[in-house]
Amino acid sequence: MTTKARIATVSLAGCFGCHMSILDIDDRILQLAELVEFDRSPINDFKEFQGRCAVGIVEGGCCNEENVHVLEQFRKQCDVLISLGECAITGGIPAMRNNIPLRECLEEAYVKSPGVYNPSGAIPNDPELPLLLNRLYPCHEVVKIDQFIPGCPPSADAIWDALGTLLTGKPAVPVYTRIKYD
Amino acid sequence: MSGVTLTIDGKSVAAEKGQTLLKAAEGAGIYIPRLCAYKDLLPHGSCRVCSVRVNGRIQAACVQTVTDGAIVENETAELQEYRRNIIDLLFVEGNHFCMYCEKSGHCELQALAYRFGITAPRYQLLYPKRDIDMSHPDVYLDHNRCILCGRCVRASQDLDHKNVFQFIERGCRKRLQVNGEALAATDLQVTDEAVASCPVGALMRKRVGYSVPVGERPYDNIPIGRDIETAGEE
Repeated sequence: MTTKARIATVSLAGCFGCHMSILDIDDRILQLAELVEFDRSPINDFKEFQGRCAVGIVEGGCCNEENVHVLEQFRKQCDVLISLGECAITGGIPAMRNNIPLRECLEEAYVKSPGVYNPSGAIPNDPELPLLLNRLYPCHEVVKIDQFIPGCPPSADAIWDALGTLLTGKPAVPVYTRIKYD
Repeated sequence: MSGVTLTIDGKSVAAEKGQTLLKAAEGAGIYIPRLCAYKDLLPHGSCRVCSVRVNGRIQAACVQTVTDGAIVENETAELQEYRRNIIDLLFVEGNHFCMYCEKSGHCELQALAYRFGITAPRYQLLYPKRDIDMSHPDVYLDHNRCILCGRCVRASQDLDHKNVFQFIERGCRKRLQVNGEALAATDLQVTDEAVASCPVGALMRKRVGYSVPVGERPYDNIPIGRDIETAGEE
């Protein structure tokens, strides 16, 4: 029996929409299961790496120090690292805070915003909470990324094409409709 | 009849004297990518996406007129690379959040990036801080998405015979300015050519966003410029 290629996936500063799009490959997921075994991923809920992976798929950019830590782990453990979706590639919606100072963002969220009840005016600062970065960083500004699949979310076909190429070695024919930013 | 003949990528093209390369190529079914060129407005030559090599020299096809016997290179790997870089730079120096932009699927900048197969920016994203002018009842101006193509400036002056927009400052500080306190203080109308001329989501009509479903928008399935190419095949 040949050992299957291992795939790891993670959602950093993303909304899990890209992971939904992975599931959107529908019954092709059975073909995928023939070819791969899932390592750490929200799909099997494994929190730690089980071993070396052929492919790592990252959704979302880096908004806090934990995201950076996880992304660096992915880079160490995966042969090919893929940025999946707009947030991983350009920062996406979380990057809308990038031209607003961090303190202003936190004050807006926890102190000033209408409907907030916070008499002490304190901003959450528990040591358990990962520290926010000064701004959001797209994944390729933190580690080397080998491949990009844009889209919000990328279509299931775009994901399937990219995975198929990596796992079977057969290059996919470029299709105009695969590249979308929305 | 004062016709001239030139070759574009090895194809012989007949053109009228005084015609621009962009128009001559278009007449022959050859698409030269462009952004700041718009309909019959006087060419601006600012975006440089239409750069071609004419007898070995790089020229902007929208301003360069045809000459007899000229040898023009258009779709070479080198020029496509230059154009790709220009498109890339336009993306990183603004805040182009396609995922919620009302112009997505209709946007010429996005469509060019699709046509060039761009999956990720090559340069560092700048995330500049820019303003949005919502003062006008029917139109808004989002500077985050403005690529300084000057189409609205020229359309307002030459087609609408108003003078609503102009550029101020230079270099990396260059930006679009309305000639008034805010957009509402100008004589801009929602029906003005200036509003329709914006290639991106900077100058937008209010209350009509997302009216075309995803999958049916102009550039969802058909690359920008394909209309020009197919007209040439017929």
